[in-house]
Amino acid sequence: MRIAVNEQLYDAVPSSTAGTVRDEVKPDADVLIVNGFPAEPGQRLGDGDRLVLIRRGEVPSADELDALLTARHTPGVHERVKQATVGIAGVGGLGSAAAIALARTGVGRLIIADFDLVEPSNLNRQQYFLDQLGLPKVYALRDTLARINPHVHVTACHLRLTPGNIAEIFGAVDVLVEAFDRADQKAMLAETFTARFPDRPLVAGSGMAGFGPANSITTRRVFGSLYLCGDGETAAAPGIGLMAPRVGIAAHHQANAVLRLLLGEDPAAD
Amino acid sequence: MQLTINGKPTETTAGSTIQNLLDQLRLDSRQVVVECNRAIVPRQRFGEEFLAEGDTLEIVHFVGGG
Repeated sequence: MRIAVNEQLYDAVPSSTAGTVRDEVKPDADVLIVNGFPAEPGQRLGDGDRLVLIRRGEVPSADELDALLTARHTPGVHERVKQATVGIAGVGGLGSAAAIALARTGVGRLIIADFDLVEPSNLNRQQYFLDQLGLPKVYALRDTLARINPHVHVTACHLRLTPGNIAEIFGAVDVLVEAFDRADQKAMLAETFTARFPDRPLVAGSGMAGFGPANSITTRRVFGSLYLCGDGETAAAPGIGLMAPRVGIAAHHQANAVLRLLLGEDPAAD
Repeated sequence: MQLTINGKPTETTAGSTIQNLLDQLRLDSRQVVVECNRAIVPRQRFGEEFLAEGDTLEIVHFVGGG
């Protein structure tokens, strides 16, 4: 039977287990992953299975890196998300967290746009670091994403998004994430993008301030291809700050909605 | 006259514009996206678009934070 071992084709005898192939190919491997899921050495292998063998702590060669980075990706999913282009409008609390989740998921291309610089008040919820203070957020985030997954192609646009440049910057995206802070900017982007690309999904965020219940944050379809993640009503206001947990929950609702859309699933299904 | 807003029947004064309706609903026109009979209405036209009996609207009101 034919299997893939660290993404190389391999002819294995029919009675092979993850352990017997490990002993033949990479005897010092101590992490065995079959079809994206950790396996015991005794697990039987079947035709077409994907086995990834990792030695814990080892720095892999460049050739091996791609296979190892994708070892925990579900086969069939990775190939599809790798072809995708996702736009992220604004890389504050929502956008920086969604970008990291999508890069870890292996989305092939991200287009990120934001005019802002990293400042200390961002660090309570945004995915930046002290040594990035003062940098444009899009460049700081591009560096962070490259440290996580160098195979993601990131286009960083350090500019203010306006009705005049949104179609140009995000014209190539399969899905756009709205991740602005201000309500009027969210509305501006949603109006501009949905009017110009009515069939292209837009995943917006609205209502994630404070420390209210996590379970009040949902993903729902509003109309057409516009989806909304959040509780829909809790605005950031004096006394109701933006905090890492709920902003992170909403951002990951957005990232999961993107993933589901890329895989042809309904993001708002129960 | 009767409209359907976000799936719910809603009464408004005959001759209302979209801006009048937003005022009635106490919604800030800068923070909404309005779809009327399945077409997005640019916000510059909120004051000139008159509503008609039976119009179907979807109104998304965004709140700040992100």
